[in-house]
Amino acid sequence: MSFDYVARSFMLQEILKGMSLTFRYMFRPKVTINYPYEKGPISPRFRGEHALRRYPNGEERCIACKLCEAICPALAITIEAEPREDGSRRTTRYDIDMTKCIYCGLCQEACPVDAIVEGPNFEFATETREELFYNKEKLLENGDRWEAQIAANLAADAPYR
Amino acid sequence: MIDLVKTYGLDAAWMAVKIGVIIGVVLFGVAYLTYAERKVLGAMQKRQGPMTVGPFGLLQPIADGLKLFSKETIIPAQAHRVVFLFAPIMLFTLALVAWAVIPFDLGMVLADINVGILYLFAISSMGVYGVIMAGWASNSRYAFLGGLRSASQMVSYEVSMGLVIVCVLLATGSLNLTEIVMTPRPWPVQVLLFPMFIVFLVSILAETNRSPFDLPEGESELSGGFMVEYSAMTFALFFLGEYANMILMSAMATILFLGGWLPPFGMESLSFVPGVVWFGLKTCLILFFFIWARGTFPRYRYDQLMRLGWKIFLPFTLIWVVVTAGCLMMFDALPG
Repeated sequence: MSFDYVARSFMLQEILKGMSLTFRYMFRPKVTINYPYEKGPISPRFRGEHALRRYPNGEERCIACKLCEAICPALAITIEAEPREDGSRRTTRYDIDMTKCIYCGLCQEACPVDAIVEGPNFEFATETREELFYNKEKLLENGDRWEAQIAANLAADAPYR
Repeated sequence: MIDLVKTYGLDAAWMAVKIGVIIGVVLFGVAYLTYAERKVLGAMQKRQGPMTVGPFGLLQPIADGLKLFSKETIIPAQAHRVVFLFAPIMLFTLALVAWAVIPFDLGMVLADINVGILYLFAISSMGVYGVIMAGWASNSRYAFLGGLRSASQMVSYEVSMGLVIVCVLLATGSLNLTEIVMTPRPWPVQVLLFPMFIVFLVSILAETNRSPFDLPEGESELSGGFMVEYSAMTFALFFLGEYANMILMSAMATILFLGGWLPPFGMESLSFVPGVVWFGLKTCLILFFFIWARGTFPRYRYDQLMRLGWKIFLPFTLIWVVVTAGCLMMFDALPG
């Protein structure tokens, strides 16, 4: 215990240093955002809630190739298909169990026609488990709702694929 | 009986109004102190703090209060019911009772008694009973340890706090709070009292169980200390009591060291601002220090706390009492 040490501790040197630091930090810009009203930016590659897309003429893109079902590592996708009246191959059932899904994005990678995509929406919490068993109708509805943003995101990411 | 009402009725009613106003102001202050604490701590950690309820989250304290009032008060089966319920009531009452002698402005005081500072000191020391009762009556290990810690901590720091007050009394020559403020202090006296101001600030942190001396609550090791079994209304009373005590101690520091309702640094040009405003601003300054310290320092270890209280503050204040008395004597500056 040198005299220097005692003098410094009686002058509260380190305590004042610490306090001046917190005082300066008080005026720094905040790093948090006001979440439900304000949201952080997300990448065009963000893998959120799934959606089934349509062509601009309203025809659904999915051709029931079942590549997504095959690649899905969590076995979350179930597809049944049969030819439609006009002879084209379409799904009669396209279910995704969102409680199984691990949001890896492989279905989107596998899809040859960009039909199944993971959109930018991440706020789809539900009150019951059943609501998370998405069927074709729900997925197409998602596609219609988020189409503008999904298309923009796909276009933004296209150069890197 | 009629005569009694005629003679004292008006006075009593007027007194009741004054008491009501003081309690209202203190409780309002408590509510917005919690808000200020969350905001300032948030800012120091680069967060926003409460933002959702009302503009800038200004209604947050009211929402919190409503939440606490509407919850169920749980009394543990093993607890001593009467003492368990009496402890928070006592703590809260004591935190409010002490305001009787605080002068907000010249003459703006409920009871201008000549032993004001002793009364204040006595009441703030009584708070420890509430804590011990809560810790014991809860019949829980955590609460018990919290109560023990609180008791020894408050007692330890009261010793040096008492000596600090002695220094002030030496310089002012009165126990009356109004006279303490009004006694002129030449700058050498202020320099002499400055170290005591610092000691007082640290002691009131320990006295009100505030961070970095919040060991009685110590959520990391005691998960809430003496308050651990309390919920809803009883918890709200503890909470209100604690914050009211903070404001009270800040007011005490303002009166003893910062010149109460007088304009700062003796600037006469600022005396057009009402004294209450200066009093409030100075109290807010000390309250800011409370929050600032909480935002800066980690919690003390218990032996460090005791070491600081008994081995540093006590000898230092003792020496300083002698130094103050000696200097005042030597320069013939003793008042009265």
